[in-house]
Amino acid sequence: MTISRRNFLKVAGAAGGILLAGGAKSARTAQIPKASGVGTEFNGMLIDTTKCIGCRACEEACNEANKLPKPKVSFSSESVFEEKRETTPDAYVVVNRFPNGKNPDKPVFVRRQCMHCTEPSCASACLCKAMEKMPEGPTVYHKDRCMGCRYCMISCPFDIPKFEYNSPSPFVKKCIGCYDRVARGEQPACAEACPEGATLFGKRRDLIEEARKRIYRNPDRYHPRIYGEHEVGGTGYMYLSAVPFRTIGFRIDLGTKHYPELTSGFLSSVPIVDILWPAVLFGFNYLISDREEERGKESGDEE
Amino acid sequence: MKSNVKPMPIPGKPVAPDTGTLRGFLRFLAQELKPRGKVLTPFNVVTGIIIVVGIAIIAVRFARGLGAVTNLTQAYPWGIWIGFDVVTGVAFAGGAYILTFAVHILKVKKYEPIVRATVLNGFLAYVFYSGALLLDLGRPWNVVNPIIGNAFGYGSVLFLVAWHFLLYTLVLFVEISPAIADWLKWVKAKRIIQRVTTATIIVGVTLSTLHQAGLGGLFLTAPSKIHPLWYSSNIPVLFFISSMFAGFSMIIIESMFTHRIFSDRLDEAHRASHNKILLGLAKGSASVMAAYLFLKVIDLTHGHQLGLLRTPMGYWYLVEVAGFTLLPLVLYVVAIREQSVRLVQGTAILTAIGVILNRLNISVIAFKWYEAVRYYPSWMEIWVTLAVISMELWVFRWVITRMPILGAPPDFTAEEGTLSNLDDAEVVRWKVSSSWKVSAS
Repeated sequence: MTISRRNFLKVAGAAGGILLAGGAKSARTAQIPKASGVGTEFNGMLIDTTKCIGCRACEEACNEANKLPKPKVSFSSESVFEEKRETTPDAYVVVNRFPNGKNPDKPVFVRRQCMHCTEPSCASACLCKAMEKMPEGPTVYHKDRCMGCRYCMISCPFDIPKFEYNSPSPFVKKCIGCYDRVARGEQPACAEACPEGATLFGKRRDLIEEARKRIYRNPDRYHPRIYGEHEVGGTGYMYLSAVPFRTIGFRIDLGTKHYPELTSGFLSSVPIVDILWPAVLFGFNYLISDREEERGKESGDEE
Repeated sequence: MKSNVKPMPIPGKPVAPDTGTLRGFLRFLAQELKPRGKVLTPFNVVTGIIIVVGIAIIAVRFARGLGAVTNLTQAYPWGIWIGFDVVTGVAFAGGAYILTFAVHILKVKKYEPIVRATVLNGFLAYVFYSGALLLDLGRPWNVVNPIIGNAFGYGSVLFLVAWHFLLYTLVLFVEISPAIADWLKWVKAKRIIQRVTTATIIVGVTLSTLHQAGLGGLFLTAPSKIHPLWYSSNIPVLFFISSMFAGFSMIIIESMFTHRIFSDRLDEAHRASHNKILLGLAKGSASVMAAYLFLKVIDLTHGHQLGLLRTPMGYWYLVEVAGFTLLPLVLYVVAIREQSVRLVQGTAILTAIGVILNRLNISVIAFKWYEAVRYYPSWMEIWVTLAVISMELWVFRWVITRMPILGAPPDFTAEEGTLSNLDDAEVVRWKVSSSWKVSAS
């Protein structure tokens, strides 16, 4: 093959373009990913644990909506409350029972599922964008992109993504906020199934209004805090409780920072190092080469 | 390529095979692939068994999933295949960038005799650890996704790490390729490679900086899961700095073994210069460790975590930092003052243990220290790790005994007539070929 000047320039230009694109790409990481969109009004859910009766209708609805395998213990059994449960690859939402500090006769039921953070740590951690925050609100999982590195599990402050360890072709499993239903304008299956109205689906801003209203109107009934309003920069799914959240299985030490912010400082240093280091090193190299040459001349050039 | 392949007719020796043609190359390769020396040595038998059983375990892992062979749980998604093989192994491969920086950029000639062995070590480490990484990935066939890009996760530290990992492995291959060219007697190819040496090394140092730091940066996203004594926004800097003394200590340890095992491939002059090299590495290591400890103390005091030192995890922290970082620093200083090579070697081992402890602490031990049921590796995880190390040692030995990796005398002059025996001829390093270049031009 003969290389014409024109072709050579084309190739060289393309190579240069790729390098430049690399630089620009790194520069973009300096900011917090905007995929979620500033000003987007996300959908979310307000879960009022004072209303939850532990009927597990949400679990059953979730199981059906996501076509998950039927559990060994039926959804009507209360035996599952004996121990604290985590979500699993086959159960995206689980209800746990906690003793009630205020009223020992009335235990507190708390459902646990993906919190659908405003700036999800899992989505920023994923190197192939298998986790993605959708404009509608849910954080979804693209199974075809996932390489199974499980960095999302390391990064999730709520330990929600679960991995299919016993499959040769495993996926990460978690609540995806019934994305299809939400995109169609319906509410998630669990919210629809709740007989007590303990789960309220809607725009996040409206849900916060509603939550505040409930706290103001019933100060005796509610602990004065909306879990998820500020935690990790805000979550889509938020909670109300009668008792302090610490006592019903919530972590209150997560801070109010968006999780992607934890790495944005480091990532913004990447283009600086990538550009500055070679420049400095080449400079060093020239400097020292010149000096060596001088020395070689002085000592009569041995080599 | 065909012309110019026989630059070195050695008197009284068979002419080197014509590796310029495909047939010649294949014949040469087939001949080189044959084992040399005794096959049934204790080392071969033990590592052979480890590798065979290891491969069987790997087969089970791919047939039945990670859960069949590992102790990984939903609470502990990363075990020793990541924490030790990748996170720790890459730290120890740091010797390659720091040494090529010293020799090629700073032009410290003293360390030239050990550059090739160190770069080879680094290259093999990267190849085998990325291999180990594939074992840990749930869907390894998708590993190319962030590279070919149906979805670039720019905002991910892991994206950065993956790219730098890949590119640096390529850089290491270019850096080691002069030895391969020497082995194949491809003079022309080598001349081309040498022309890009400086640029390659500069790119390599840059990639390593970010790659080593990035491995630490991965853990920035888990502030609520890593014990506060270990979690710090400085983790990337700490990882980068500690990769330097990890690299130094690994060079010292590796040379302890290669000098004993492959002593027939060394010469007197090299041995004499080697003590000076080791003491120099000790000095480098000690100064970097001092800087590292300084940062550690700043982290400790700024985070107001002094009280945590009086907890069980605090004692464990002190074991790592005082016992295996501060103590080796003191011992290095003593060794330098006493000019004791033996003490340098012993201290290098202590330092290496310290680095292993640090990486395992952040990725496994101090990770979710609060869980009731803790992760500990299954015997199969450990076995596979040993198998990976064994495979690497086999390849390392194969390369060492065939390619010119270990040093020739620093004052080696490459006049054709002065090559007195074939062994020396095989052990020629790039200096030789640079004089070929002179004679060719």
